[in-house]
Amino acid sequence: MSTVAEKRGFLAVLWDYLTTVDHKKIAILYLVSGGFFFLVGGIEAMLIRIQLAIPDNDFVSAGLYNELLTMHGTTMIFLAAMPLLFAFMNAVVPLQIGARDVAFPFLNSLGFWLFFFGGIFLNLSWFLGGAPDAGWTSYASLSLASPGHGIDFYVLGLQISGAGTLIAGINFLVTIINMRAPGMTYMRMPLFTWSTFVASALILFAFPPLTVGLFLMLFDRMFGANFFDVTMGGNTIIWEHLFWIFGHPEVYILILPAFGIFSDIISTFSKKRLFGYAAMVFATVLIGFLGFMVWAHHMFTTGLGPTANAIFAVATMAIAVPTGVKIFNWLLTMWGGSIRFTTPMLYAVAFIPSFVAGGVTGVMLASAAADYQYHDSYFVVAHFHYVIIGGVVLGLLAGTHFYWPKMFGTMLNETLGKITFWLFLIGFHGTFFIQHFLGLMGMPRRIWKFLPNQGLDLFNMISTVGAFFMALAVIVLLYNVVITQIKNVRVGNDPWGDGRTLEWAIPSPPPYYNFKQLPLVRGLDPLWIEKMEGRKEMTPAEPLGDIHMPNNSFIPFVMSLGLFIAAFGAMYQVDWRASDGADYVWSIPVLIIGMLITIGSMAVRSLKDDHGYHIHKEELMDDHDDKGGRE
Amino acid sequence: MAHESTSANPKVNYEYRRRKARDEMRGQVTSFAMMIFMTFIAFIIVIADFDKFYAFPVLLVLAGAQVVLQLYYFMHMSHKGHGTAALFLYSGALIAFVTILTFLTIVWW
Repeated sequence: MSTVAEKRGFLAVLWDYLTTVDHKKIAILYLVSGGFFFLVGGIEAMLIRIQLAIPDNDFVSAGLYNELLTMHGTTMIFLAAMPLLFAFMNAVVPLQIGARDVAFPFLNSLGFWLFFFGGIFLNLSWFLGGAPDAGWTSYASLSLASPGHGIDFYVLGLQISGAGTLIAGINFLVTIINMRAPGMTYMRMPLFTWSTFVASALILFAFPPLTVGLFLMLFDRMFGANFFDVTMGGNTIIWEHLFWIFGHPEVYILILPAFGIFSDIISTFSKKRLFGYAAMVFATVLIGFLGFMVWAHHMFTTGLGPTANAIFAVATMAIAVPTGVKIFNWLLTMWGGSIRFTTPMLYAVAFIPSFVAGGVTGVMLASAAADYQYHDSYFVVAHFHYVIIGGVVLGLLAGTHFYWPKMFGTMLNETLGKITFWLFLIGFHGTFFIQHFLGLMGMPRRIWKFLPNQGLDLFNMISTVGAFFMALAVIVLLYNVVITQIKNVRVGNDPWGDGRTLEWAIPSPPPYYNFKQLPLVRGLDPLWIEKMEGRKEMTPAEPLGDIHMPNNSFIPFVMSLGLFIAAFGAMYQVDWRASDGADYVWSIPVLIIGMLITIGSMAVRSLKDDHGYHIHKEELMDDHDDKGGRE
Repeated sequence: MAHESTSANPKVNYEYRRRKARDEMRGQVTSFAMMIFMTFIAFIIVIADFDKFYAFPVLLVLAGAQVVLQLYYFMHMSHKGHGTAALFLYSGALIAFVTILTFLTIVWW
């Protein structure tokens, strides 16, 4: 069978994607929905910057501004950056380790649909009486006082999508531990696989505190509990701790996979193996480990006392060491390499100084005493945008260009890609570099407007102009995607020509079973080893045989839909109780029906055996024409 | 050597398997006896109404020891191929410990 899309009806394609358990299609689902939320979060950012372009502006109201900044942060972190990373993890990691799919294809699909419905639920708040407005951190003292259902949307939406993320993380852990091809030892895994592994471990340990925090918040807001209410004997600081015990590792969940993408790009386009591979692996693990010991540096000014502040400050600064190891290893990988400045490589090169700038301000913020000055100013805003955009978003854009051929079988236009790159880079530094100084000049973060003639006018205007450059870059990227898919020029196995790892040894996009025969891995950068010995493809590790495949399933969609419905019931029962049962009488039935749908579909999944199917050897033998073209 | 066969057939390497099973059984019985003994001590401490500052730490240490025995002897973590599981278990325990330590020292002081 050919992997090139056949002409099929729209409904057939839609049904295929709604029921798919194939990691490559789930990757596309993550990419499309993560991309959609990225645009939504981007529009929110543009509205924020337009409001702050000139002093004393009345473009948006104060309340709407709070909702915009809250939803911008929440959307970008939970619904854009993480799903987009999951898109690349799904598309690439099983291929990089020589597996035919992830360990639990059904769970993979469930993880996606939970994330998707959680994200939709959260964003429906815009149309149902107002979005959450207590910042993406949703500190309890603020959020418990927030009227309306905004915070309820935040709590329930993140609870649902967080469950999806946790499932996805566990799935990748099991996949990487158990499904590596023969010869693929831990120390031969590509860096993107390694960073996915560590990031998944962080998800495993970091999301439960968030879940607990969200549940406590849920009980406080919807069922009259008082975990965070100081007047009733609760403690509002506990939310901050729980949030940041999750929140700080979350930053590393985002940045480590981006590091992995850059490591693979830099070694590919320098035509060298990664310098200091073992040190890179060790640094990745160490960053992941230390990431759990530093959360209180977000809370220096809450009055933890000098001892606690000092401990967390020192632990935070310690993270600069493994990060520095990585920076130098990237530089030394490029040193003496035969460098090709393709679009992904441009992103990788620009990432290094941009991220270092974010790291340096990070160390400044880590000094607890100095942090009292920077706290809640635009300096912090500039810092985390340098880390998140200069690290994660550049990584995502680089990954989009680098892995596009492997995901879709076409090459994004390089000229347009470079235009996107320059517009984005200039826009990014234009927007955020100047915000360091705005912060040092005393502009607080999260303010709705500032007054004229306080020395803030010009810099804010420059920042807004920069944001428009970034918006333009994203539009060029979208145009690039559209024309590339319309032209539909197919590419072969290894379109970049210098692929080193297993994913470049099979067609683009790969057939649905990935590897006809599992490859034999003989060292780090297995495809490069074969190339150096004059071969064009991997040596198989097994004879051609039947392949066991999972069946598609609609159950993950229904299971997630049930929770989505139940969430509305859980939320509006507050109004039902407040009105003494007069209004919103449908809320409790809706809650019950939603839960029944979820539990019922779980029961169906558990009770009905689904053994999958086999692709027979004979079919695989007929399938010899899907080798890639360009060599 | 015959006993290196990895066959799942119980009749292969019968003697070797028998010896392994006997060793396994001895370990389990020993740890079972130890666990009973520790539970006995724990009850004595409570019944004899020992001072709180003495009783709490001892009870916690005994509980910890029982968890370890349970994991290694009855849940087979002492066998080969459980390295990854052990790594994740200890990492999780460490992170939970640091979290609780922080809460005890700077939130609920």
